[in-house]
Amino acid sequence: MTEDDAVAQLRSGMTIGIGGWGSRRKPMSLVRAILRAPLTDLTVVSYGGPDVGLLCAAGKVKRLIYGFVSLDSIPLEPHFQAARQAGAIEVTEYDEGMLQWGLYAAALRLPFLPTRAGLGSDVIRLNPELRTVRSPYPDGEQLLAVPALPLDAALIHLNRADAAGNAQFLGPDLYFDDLFAAAAERTYVSCERIVSTAELTAAAGFASLRIQRWMTAGVIESHNGAHFTSCAPDYPRDEAFQRDYVAAAKDPATWREFEARYLLGTESDYQKAVRA
Amino acid sequence: MACADAWRGDGEILASPFGTIPAIGARLARATFAPDLLLSDGEALLVGGTWAVGEPPAGPVEGWMPFRTVFDLAWAGRRHVMMIPSQIDRYGNVNISAIGDFGRPARALLGMRGAPGNTVCHRTSYWVPRHQPRVFVPRVDVVCGVGYDRGVGSVDLRRVVTNLGVLDFGGPDHAMRLVCVHPGVTVDEVIANTGFGLVIDGDIGQTRWPEADELRLIREVIDPRQARDREVP
Repeated sequence: MTEDDAVAQLRSGMTIGIGGWGSRRKPMSLVRAILRAPLTDLTVVSYGGPDVGLLCAAGKVKRLIYGFVSLDSIPLEPHFQAARQAGAIEVTEYDEGMLQWGLYAAALRLPFLPTRAGLGSDVIRLNPELRTVRSPYPDGEQLLAVPALPLDAALIHLNRADAAGNAQFLGPDLYFDDLFAAAAERTYVSCERIVSTAELTAAAGFASLRIQRWMTAGVIESHNGAHFTSCAPDYPRDEAFQRDYVAAAKDPATWREFEARYLLGTESDYQKAVRA
Repeated sequence: MACADAWRGDGEILASPFGTIPAIGARLARATFAPDLLLSDGEALLVGGTWAVGEPPAGPVEGWMPFRTVFDLAWAGRRHVMMIPSQIDRYGNVNISAIGDFGRPARALLGMRGAPGNTVCHRTSYWVPRHQPRVFVPRVDVVCGVGYDRGVGSVDLRRVVTNLGVLDFGGPDHAMRLVCVHPGVTVDEVIANTGFGLVIDGDIGQTRWPEADELRLIREVIDPRQARDREVP
């Protein structure tokens, strides 16, 4: 399937998880497809990077559930900052480990998972729906009950996949892509190359096969699909492009130029413009 | 040196320094008096050896530590982080999320990151490259890192190192206390650049100078290109 086919199966108002971390191995071609689609009022769950920034800038986000939003080599995401400072989005800001726990709880069909992370902090003041739970054992410890974060859909980008939806990471970190996939009703995985199932294990050990076909609803081959975020070992972050992105975001006029140059056409138009 | 001494006696735990000078400090500590520390390459690998800041590590990979495993170690208490606060108050509450009203901040920052969990689960220190009243505030706008006055007994804040001196939480009720000033800095300068009353307890000493072998390691091995001077001119 194509990015546009996958995004055509999404609906306004859905809760959508996006894999990767910061400006690393983000399913950017799927995010760009959302920018082209008439979707609105999304709840986005992410270890946020430019995926969050682009969706905020395009007015697609109603609520953001996150632990941070960062471009890694550039600490602050300009569109996320602008959206927050304009009060344009509702936010659920968690400790980043709480986010993991919410996804894991959803993946296991548990109502919550307990943790100490968040206790004593303003996570509790700012998210008054959160509840604590007391250990039923003799320690009696009071813990924060992180509610499950079930997703209508998850979008992830991996290095390789087969046509059935088994996907493989070849870089140093899976991040939380397996939890996003397992927490979601439907997961769409884009990948650098679709290969035969046998080629997956020829390329790397079994432990790299962490996204399995039972987790995925669709596979999209998307060469350079994580651009401009990193997709090690296939390619590093395009730092020059990321700097241009940040510079363009500083001013509405330069951002319109950036959009016109890169984002208004198809994915193949985008990739052509990047190569130009 | 204060950023190296922060890890003294930590044993076999993960040292997670944020910023250039904390990274130099952690590598220097492991190369000298804290050999058991675990250090990451900044991505997902634990590496041995001593290498230069801004360069890929030369040492052998001794473990795989993706972010999920870092969270595990953090919650298990086997970690000492040195984070960079945007605001910090007298009892060590720290903000890295947003300046002003959270609902519509004057300036949106990173977000909570792991600060809430880190501060209630394991040792935490802070690094402030520019000690000023805008950072040392009477009350932080958003509590991300948990301080001593929030009713959580497991908070363990070790020290705050700045470009002016070293502080800890050894005052009454764990209030922030000046421990020492760096050579050439006066106590009055620290007081003038702190937006709340610091505990000043007796004579304030001076931060120690590096030993000859420590100086050599910094200059020749860990920071030959003087990245430290770009963080604190």
